[in-house]
Amino acid sequence: MAAVGPLGRIARLGSSICRNQRLICNRSSQRRGIASCVDPAHGLSEEQKEFQEVAFNFAANEMAPHMAEWDQKEIFPIETMRKAAQLGFGGIYVHPDVGGTGLSRLDTSVIFEALSTGCVSTTAYISIHNMCAWMIDTFGNTEQREKFCPDLCSMEKFASYCLTEPGSGSDAASLLTTAQLKGDHYILNGSKAFISGGGDTDVYIVMCRTGAKGAKGISCVVVEKGTPGLNFGKKEKKIGWNSQPTRAVIFEDCAVPVANRLGAEGQGFTMAMKGLNGGRINIASCSLGAAHACVQLARDHLLVRKQFGETLSNNQYLQFKLAEMATKLVASRLLVRGAATALQENRPDAICNQALQMHGGYGYLKDYAVQQFVRDIRVHQILEGTNEVMRMIISRNLLTES
Amino acid sequence: MSGRVLVGVKRVIDYAVKIRVKPDNSGVVTDGVKHSMNPFCEIAVEEAVKMKEKKLIKEVVAVSCGPQQAQETIRTALAMGADRGIHVEVSGKDFDLLGPLQVSKIMAALAKKEDAQLIILGKQAIDGDCNQTGQMTAALLDWPQGTFASEVSLEGDKVKVVREIDGGLETIRINTPAVLTADLRLNTPRYATLPNIMKAKKKKIEKVKPADLGLDMTSRLEVLRVDEPPQRLAGVKVETVADLVAKLRETGRL
Repeated sequence: MAAVGPLGRIARLGSSICRNQRLICNRSSQRRGIASCVDPAHGLSEEQKEFQEVAFNFAANEMAPHMAEWDQKEIFPIETMRKAAQLGFGGIYVHPDVGGTGLSRLDTSVIFEALSTGCVSTTAYISIHNMCAWMIDTFGNTEQREKFCPDLCSMEKFASYCLTEPGSGSDAASLLTTAQLKGDHYILNGSKAFISGGGDTDVYIVMCRTGAKGAKGISCVVVEKGTPGLNFGKKEKKIGWNSQPTRAVIFEDCAVPVANRLGAEGQGFTMAMKGLNGGRINIASCSLGAAHACVQLARDHLLVRKQFGETLSNNQYLQFKLAEMATKLVASRLLVRGAATALQENRPDAICNQALQMHGGYGYLKDYAVQQFVRDIRVHQILEGTNEVMRMIISRNLLTES
Repeated sequence: MSGRVLVGVKRVIDYAVKIRVKPDNSGVVTDGVKHSMNPFCEIAVEEAVKMKEKKLIKEVVAVSCGPQQAQETIRTALAMGADRGIHVEVSGKDFDLLGPLQVSKIMAALAKKEDAQLIILGKQAIDGDCNQTGQMTAALLDWPQGTFASEVSLEGDKVKVVREIDGGLETIRINTPAVLTADLRLNTPRYATLPNIMKAKKKKIEKVKPADLGLDMTSRLEVLRVDEPPQRLAGVKVETVADLVAKLRETGRL
């Protein structure tokens, strides 16, 4: 019996030291944001800190362990996203009367930033989904809101945003997909390019031309999967954002009920831009989360990697580089959070590239999480308004102010 | 039976944080350090909320003892499904010396005041690792205890508890009212949902002082010194069993 005693005590102690278990095993604990000077909880209300805590926990436990697998195998993590929806992440800024959570843009930014530390690509898709749900919530009539929003908020159904075409990216108002009125249906013809979720999602928010050339001739309709004439191109091979499928969406005499049009004819372009204004902040928030995770990873690497007889963290150049990265991260975070009300652009991706450089050759290997962050957010400089278009908008604003 | 369950929740340094000892060796650094709910307390809250969802009990009351920040931990319990909270205000020197004996006196007094049917606690806190509060509370109330619970089932006015013990698993049946302490495998705590966090804001947290309950918080213990554990020394590899035995004899282990 004496032999059982001490061994049993050790076993029981082992089961109680969950702290050691979790500390040793996974890198997800490294992304919990413990470093105090870049603490993302600074300046938030008590309630926002709680939202952030839930999002961080969800990211660390449900997303981070699978991030690499989702990227390599190009898996669209439907079950995990539905779990996120159960916590209220499916329609964060959608009204509660149709199943949304009814939070503010700032709350949303904080949440996406935290979720991104688990997987940027998946969080970015969740943000696109949120944007679509918001568009129907905001511009739809009662029937449309009640028909589509509850399922989108619970992620029973998934959504895609279809604006870009092979011939119109930045010049979105020049889109060519036509919608001809025939009785009580619009007949859609044309194609959309680079649609996130395309082919796997159920609800498509489509900007199409019902009137004359230019922005005023564009309307917005909701097309459901399974509608005859709705087809998809091949799944694109991308360097990042691999946990969401990207396909061309093709309309061949696709009949969409007029009842599915959001708002009036000719209002589609304005709706699309309004959606993107918020979407852009969400994407920037995702970049912030990635930048934060990368600062953590770079820091941990510097503390561990030894060259020339000491850890890299003793190298003053690298110390300063890390400090600069942290400073830019905090500055970007303040900008994005301020932008949740002011709508501007940011560039936290520069931080990720430097984190990669710090990892040296190791950073290039796919075994390391850093490379996935860099690949996933590279596209953030392009979509939802390229950096160049953002500069256009800002300079126009400055120069026309009088 | 009142159908009311008291759950004790403790605010501790987050499990993922690297602990540092204060330069004067009087304790560990807590300023500016991330804190969260003790993991075993999370499991206790989850168990109570599950009982309520199965309609086996009527109300879950979360209790925490400490300074103002203890309310954060109560809010987390409310967001997980507790109905209301009680914050027992203990701060300054009293808080530094707050230990299992004081907390069990508080829990016992509250249990009588609230007419509780069950008290569920975590088996221990990850900072003190005392594993005493549950047992002491039961003794002060003269209630049965089901500690290290890995499975709990309410059966009328009795509770069946499967306990994790040295030799394996022990199943006992105890009368209520009773004290239970949660072990790791009892359940997996839920995430708070965003809507529940918002609803939690409207739930009540009552503030109480130990003096209001007629309790004396004096500690019989004094912390003399806190040190880091000794550095782990490298091991030595041996080639054969004979070598191993010789080494063990050499270092006096055999």
